[in-house]
Amino acid sequence: MNYFILNIILALTWAMLSGEINLTNLTAGFFIGYVILYIARRALGPSVYFSKVIKMVHFLGFFMKELLISNVRLAHDVLTWEFHMKPRIVAVPLSVKTDAEITVLANLISLTPGTLSLDVSSDKSALYVHVIYAEDEETAKREIKNGMERWVSDLSSQEKE
Amino acid sequence: MFAQILMFIGAFFMFVAALGVARMPDLFMRLQSNTKSATFGVGFLLLGAAIHFWEFAISIRALAILIFLFATSPVAAHMLGRAAYIAGAPLWKGTLSDDLKGQYDYKTHELTAQPEEQQPKPRKTGEKRTK
Repeated sequence: MNYFILNIILALTWAMLSGEINLTNLTAGFFIGYVILYIARRALGPSVYFSKVIKMVHFLGFFMKELLISNVRLAHDVLTWEFHMKPRIVAVPLSVKTDAEITVLANLISLTPGTLSLDVSSDKSALYVHVIYAEDEETAKREIKNGMERWVSDLSSQEKE
Repeated sequence: MFAQILMFIGAFFMFVAALGVARMPDLFMRLQSNTKSATFGVGFLLLGAAIHFWEFAISIRALAILIFLFATSPVAAHMLGRAAYIAGAPLWKGTLSDDLKGQYDYKTHELTAQPEEQQPKPRKTGEKRTK
C-alpha cells in the first residue's frame, strides 16, 4: 500500500480525534504518522518513501533560500540606478528524460528568479534558459544542472539507496 | 503585527515587480521581473492573510491559491517568452550570448538541440534577428 496515502489517513485520523481539523493538528498528525510508519516499516514492506520525505523537506528549504536570494538580487537591480545584469540564453543539456520530469524542471527553473525557461528542443535533449546573472556560460549551466536538475531526478527516482 | 510585516513585504515585492516591468531593458527581463517578484509578493500577502485569520478555512484557501499560482504562472511566462522569441523580440544590447540563435526552424517551429562540439559564437548585439 502507498505509504503517502497511509500517512495522510493517519494525519486525518489524528486531527479528527483531536476534535478539530486545523493546520496545526494536521501537521502534528502527519509527523506522528510518519514516525509510526517508520517504526512499522518492516511489517509493511520497504519503500523509498522515508528518504523521499526527508529529501522533500530539504528541497523545500533549498528552494525557499534560492527564491529569497535571487528575489532580493533582482529587487536591488530594479531599485538602484545602474544595471548589473549579464543576461544570456544558454542551452542546458538535459539528463532527465520523461515529460513529467522535464515539465517540473522547466516550471521550477521559471519560478526561480533570474532564470526563465524558454523552450525545450524537439528531441527533448536540451532546455533553453534565459539567465539574467550569468558571468560565464559554463558556470550558469553547471548551476542549473547541479541545483534544480539534480533535485528533480533525485526526487523522481524510484530505486532505494 | 507579524502578519502586517509579511503583508508589507509582499506589497513591496509587488511594487518592485511593477517597477521592473517599466525599467527592465528587454522583454525577457521584464517577464522575469513580473512573474518572479509578483509570485513572491502574492506568496507573502497570502501568508500574511493566513496568519492574520489563523483559521483552517482561510489557510487552506491561501495554500490552494499559492499552489495554483505556482503551477500556472511559469507556464504563462514560458509561452510568452517562446512566442516573443519566435516573433523576433529584440534582446538587450548587453546580452552576452544567445544559444537559441539559428536553432529554430521558423516554418515548422521545430527546435534542434545544439551539438556539443559547436561552440556558440558571440552574437552581434543590438541588431534584430533575421527570420
